[in-house]
Amino acid sequence: MIDTQHSSSGTLVAESRKPILQAKNLVKTFGKVVGLDGVSLELYPGEVLAIIGDNGAGKSTLIKCLTGAEIPDSGELHVSGQSVSFKGPQDARTHGIETVYQNLAVSPALDVASNLFLGREERVPGPLGSLFRMLDTKGMRQKAKAELHRLGISTLQDVTVPVENLSGGQRQAVAVARAAAFGSKVVVLDEPTAALGVRESNQVLQLVRDLRDRGLPVILISHNMPHVFDVADRIHVQRLGKCAGTITPQSHSMTDAVAIMTGAATL
Amino acid sequence: MTTLETAGPPAEQKDLAGEFQDRQTPMTRIRNVLHKYPALSPAVVLLVSIVVFGLLNDRFLRVENLSLITQQVAVVGTLAIAQTLIILTAGIDLSVGAVMILSSMVMAQFAANEGAPGILALAAGLLTGLAAGALNGFLVTKFRLPPFIVTLGTLNIFVALTLLYSNGATVRGSAMPGLLTWMGTTFPVGPVRISTGVVTMLLLYLFVAYVLGKTAWGRHLYAVGDDKEAARLAGIPVNRVLMSVYLSAGAIMAVAAWIQIGRSNAASPNGGVDMNLDSITAVVIGGTSLFGGRGSVWGTLLGALIVGVFRNGLSLAGLDVLYQTLAVGILIIIAVSIDQWIRKVKS
Ligand SMILES: Nc1ncnc2c1ncn2[C@@H]1O[C@H](COP(=O)(O)OP(=O)(O)OP(=O)(O)O)[C@@H](O)[C@H]1O
Ligand SMILES: [Mg+2]
Repeated sequence: MIDTQHSSSGTLVAESRKPILQAKNLVKTFGKVVGLDGVSLELYPGEVLAIIGDNGAGKSTLIKCLTGAEIPDSGELHVSGQSVSFKGPQDARTHGIETVYQNLAVSPALDVASNLFLGREERVPGPLGSLFRMLDTKGMRQKAKAELHRLGISTLQDVTVPVENLSGGQRQAVAVARAAAFGSKVVVLDEPTAALGVRESNQVLQLVRDLRDRGLPVILISHNMPHVFDVADRIHVQRLGKCAGTITPQSHSMTDAVAIMTGAATL
Repeated sequence: MTTLETAGPPAEQKDLAGEFQDRQTPMTRIRNVLHKYPALSPAVVLLVSIVVFGLLNDRFLRVENLSLITQQVAVVGTLAIAQTLIILTAGIDLSVGAVMILSSMVMAQFAANEGAPGILALAAGLLTGLAAGALNGFLVTKFRLPPFIVTLGTLNIFVALTLLYSNGATVRGSAMPGLLTWMGTTFPVGPVRISTGVVTMLLLYLFVAYVLGKTAWGRHLYAVGDDKEAARLAGIPVNRVLMSVYLSAGAIMAVAAWIQIGRSNAASPNGGVDMNLDSITAVVIGGTSLFGGRGSVWGTLLGALIVGVFRNGLSLAGLDVLYQTLAVGILIIIAVSIDQWIRKVKS
C-alpha cells in the first residue's frame, strides 16, 4: 500500500494505462447455464470500476473468477501484466486481491478480530509461537481495533463479540474491513451496501474513495445507481453473461445505464 | 475520516446501544451467558448430580468409588475427544468405538501372536487408527459424502475386519507385554488411586484444548464447522483441515484402544459398538453443537463425567441398568434442547 502511495505522485501517470488486473474472454458455465460468455475486463491503478447488471447477469460469477472463488472454463487472467491462474481464493489473496463476497464470507461463531484475521492468523513471537504455534490473540485484537479505527468504522467498538451477535450492517463492515485492511493490489466488493442503512452506506462509499485515494483500485458491484454514479470512475455493464459495454458517469446518465443494462439500448 | 464520523446523526449510535441493553430480560441474559460459556450448563448438571447421588447413597462419595468412576470414564472420555473434533466440523463419527476395538485387537494380536515388542505393537495400533481416520476423511472430503453415512458404512467394515482378524478370540492381558497393559496400572494420589489411563486422558484433554483454543488450526476447525463456504472463501484449505481432523481423531482412537486394553486387562473383539453412541452422548451433553462450530473439549469431559456419574450413582442406588439408559436418554434430549435454545441468540 505504501509503495503505491509513493509512486502515485510521480510515476502513476506513466503507468496508468497498464492494467493492474486484466481478464480476457472469461467463460464459465454451470452445467447448461452459461454464467459468463466471453467477458473481458481491465482494472487500472487508482480507479473505481463499477460492475452493474440485472439479477443473474453474471456479476458475481465474473468477480468470483477474478478472485479464485470459481475457476473459469477458459480465458486468461493477468495481474500486473503477469499471467496467473488461481486455484482458490488463497491464490488470489497472495497476489494482493481481497474480496468481499455477496454472501458475506464471515464465520458467525468467531469474534470480530478472529474474522478479520481468519486464514492469516499471527503467532506470538519466540518459541511459544514457532514451536507451540500459539496465536497472538491479544495482538490481533489490538491490530483489529486499530485497523477499524483507521478505516473510520465506528460501529464496531468491541472486537471480541461473535459476529453472529452483530447487525447485518456491522457484519458487512467486518467483511469490508477485512478486505480493505489486507488488500495490497485490488479490493473487490460485491454488493457491499445491499444490507446497509443510509449512514452505513455512506461510510462504505467513503471507504471506497479512501482506498482509491491511497492508490488501491476497487471493483464495486452494486444495484444502487446513485451509489455507482457517486464513486465510480468507469462502469462495466454486464448483461446476460456478456459485457454490454463500458461507460463513465460523465459519458452517460443513470437512465442510459439502466437502458443498456436491460437491453433497451445498446452501445 | 473525521468527516465520516460527523456525517451521520450521533443520536443514531446511542439508540443502537440503548436498544441492545433494553431487550435484556433475565431469560435472555441466562441464554447469553450460556452462549458465551457452553461448558457452564454441563458443569452445573455435574455438580448437582454429584450432590444428589451423594445424598442418596453415602457410598457414592467415597474416594474408592470416585476413582472407580474416573477409570470407568477413561475410555469413552478419550474417544469423546476424537468425537468432539469431528462434531465441531459439523460431522459425526459412528465408527469411533469400532476403530478403537480394531486398533486394540491389532495391538494385542501383534504382540501376543507375532511376539512383537510392546512399542511395535503400539505403533501398529496407531497406524490402524490413522488408516481408519484416513479412510473416513478421504470419503468425506474427496467424495463429499455425509459423515453420517460414511461412518455408518465404515463402522460395519471395521467391526467385520475386527472379527475376521481376531477370529472372535479375546487376548488376555497376561499374554501381552507389560507396556500394552500399562494404562491399567494405578498409583496413589493422596487417598485416591489414579490409573495411568485416566492421567493420559486428562493430558490429552489439556493438549486438545490448547490446540483448539490457541492455534490457527483450532480456529480454522471452528470456522470450517461454522460455515464451510465462508471458510473456503476466507482462504482456509477446508479439505486439508477436515482430513487433518479425521487423522487426529484416528490417532486419539488408538490411544483410547491402549487405555481400553489396560482398563479391562484384555483385548476383546466385542463390545465396542456401545462406545460409538456413548462418545456422541458425552459430546452432546457437554454442550457441543451437532451443527458444528460451537463447543469445547472441556464440555465433553464434563459430559463424559456426567454419564459416568449417572450410571454409577443409579446402580449404587440399586436401580436396574434400564434406568441408567433411561436417564442418559433424557439427558441427551435436554442437552440438545438447551443447545437449540442457546442458538437462538443470533438474531
Ligand atoms: N454455483 C452455481 N451453480 C449453477 N448456476 C450458477 C451458479 N452460480 C451462478 N449461477 C448462474 O449463473 C448466472 C449468473 O449468476 P450471478 O450470481 O453471477 O449473477 P449476478 O449478476 O451476480 O446476480 P445478482 O444481481 O442476483 O447477484 C445465473 O443464471 C445463475 O443462476
Ligand atoms: Mg451477485
